[in-house]
Amino acid sequence: MPSVFLIFVIGKAVPHVRFTDNIQRHVKCPAAEAQGETVREVLTAYFAEIPFAKNYVLDDQGALRKHMVIFVNSQQIADRVKLSDSVPSDGTVEIIQALSGG
Amino acid sequence: MSDRILVATRKGLFTITKSNTGWSISQADFLADNCSMVMHDPRDGMLLVGLDHGHFGCKMHRSRNGGKSWEECASPAYPEKPDDFEDIPNPMSNTVIKWNTELLWELQPGGNDEPGVIWCGTLPGGLFRSNDAGDSWELNRTLWEDPRRQEWFGGGFDYPGIHSIHVDPRDSAHILLGVSCGGVWRTTDGGKTWECDGTGMRAEYMPEEKAYDPGIQDPHILVRCRDSLDCLWVQHHNGIFRSTDNARSWQEITDVKPSTFGFAVAVHPADPNTAWFVPAIKDEKRIPVDAKVVVTRTRDGGETFEQLSKGLPQEHAYDLTFRHSLDVDENGDRLVFGTTTGSLWVSEDQGDSWQNVSTHLPPIYCTRFVKE
Repeated sequence: MPSVFLIFVIGKAVPHVRFTDNIQRHVKCPAAEAQGETVREVLTAYFAEIPFAKNYVLDDQGALRKHMVIFVNSQQIADRVKLSDSVPSDGTVEIIQALSGG
Repeated sequence: MSDRILVATRKGLFTITKSNTGWSISQADFLADNCSMVMHDPRDGMLLVGLDHGHFGCKMHRSRNGGKSWEECASPAYPEKPDDFEDIPNPMSNTVIKWNTELLWELQPGGNDEPGVIWCGTLPGGLFRSNDAGDSWELNRTLWEDPRRQEWFGGGFDYPGIHSIHVDPRDSAHILLGVSCGGVWRTTDGGKTWECDGTGMRAEYMPEEKAYDPGIQDPHILVRCRDSLDCLWVQHHNGIFRSTDNARSWQEITDVKPSTFGFAVAVHPADPNTAWFVPAIKDEKRIPVDAKVVVTRTRDGGETFEQLSKGLPQEHAYDLTFRHSLDVDENGDRLVFGTTTGSLWVSEDQGDSWQNVSTHLPPIYCTRFVKE
């Protein structure tokens, strides 16, 4: 299991990433900082450290899984396919389950 | 004689073992997780389980120590869809099938001459091969990109799927697939080319002129006799079919009481004329006829059938046995079947009598003897 990773950039804020508790029993996804200007870039940075987590969140084509949702600063993202929504440098990205999946 | 049975269920993987006191549940793994398929590899003892985590997608785990511990391995994933790939909308729903794994529906080891090779059938219809015991998977693109594949349609699911894979022990490059709904497919060159060339299957649910089209058939399961490899049985949506020429032609078997409808069939490993079925009322009702659970058995290649009920519930029983939930051991004496209501029965006398192991397991998707 990889250790909790933090990307420190001196003098610059970095987006914060947090995952639903429900994913943790399958694959440990600790809260962490991950650099990027879009949701795709932030997740790519995060999954570089925890590769197995990627397929729990994204489908085979790299889109957000049908019954997952992502919020950036408490706003649900609009682009579930390319994950192109912007992430502020001090933003928070939250990956949670949608109730739609039962 | 197999003393161990793997049972994949809606809420976990259970191991059933025989001791001096009889059959009982000896181990539970992946509790609360949806286990769609399990495989024991007789070549090296590896166990492989397919999971469906719903929100989090399909995943694969394996054990190299008989189930003492498990590790997640790679799960079959469809490659990036090429921009120039021309989809043909599904003829039944007019929808395009996505390049995403929806269910891990079948797992089978490759031939004895190809250690590490595993085949996986999936919904929505992709066939995957691993050359490294699950470290990586590759989609068979010739089948996936075959225009005829896009005529497949779902039977019971929104998507079509590959539920049966048979690697010919005489030639590992000769493989048969059972597809719901897409018929029986064959490759003789390890998957480079594919044909759907069997004749004789009949789909009553289709317009008359399409009824015998090999590519629209719904074989619920395809099983092969171990010692008579050209002899195969199919429990079809439309009834029971048998082939004695390695799936080149099929003969329909009708007039079987209480019903020819069902999902599961098992064939005796040494006697191609002996096969077992678990019937139900066709086809949208899918409950036992007269609410009595019975197994039907033929010993003469389908000429006659017996109804076997000793030890099985004969009133107010609403158990349905799914396609992967009936199995026979390597001697042909022991059978096991599990049901949607979580009941599990074992027979040690070729079905003459049945012992109930549990009536309160989660819904059962697959039962497989561990054949050493």
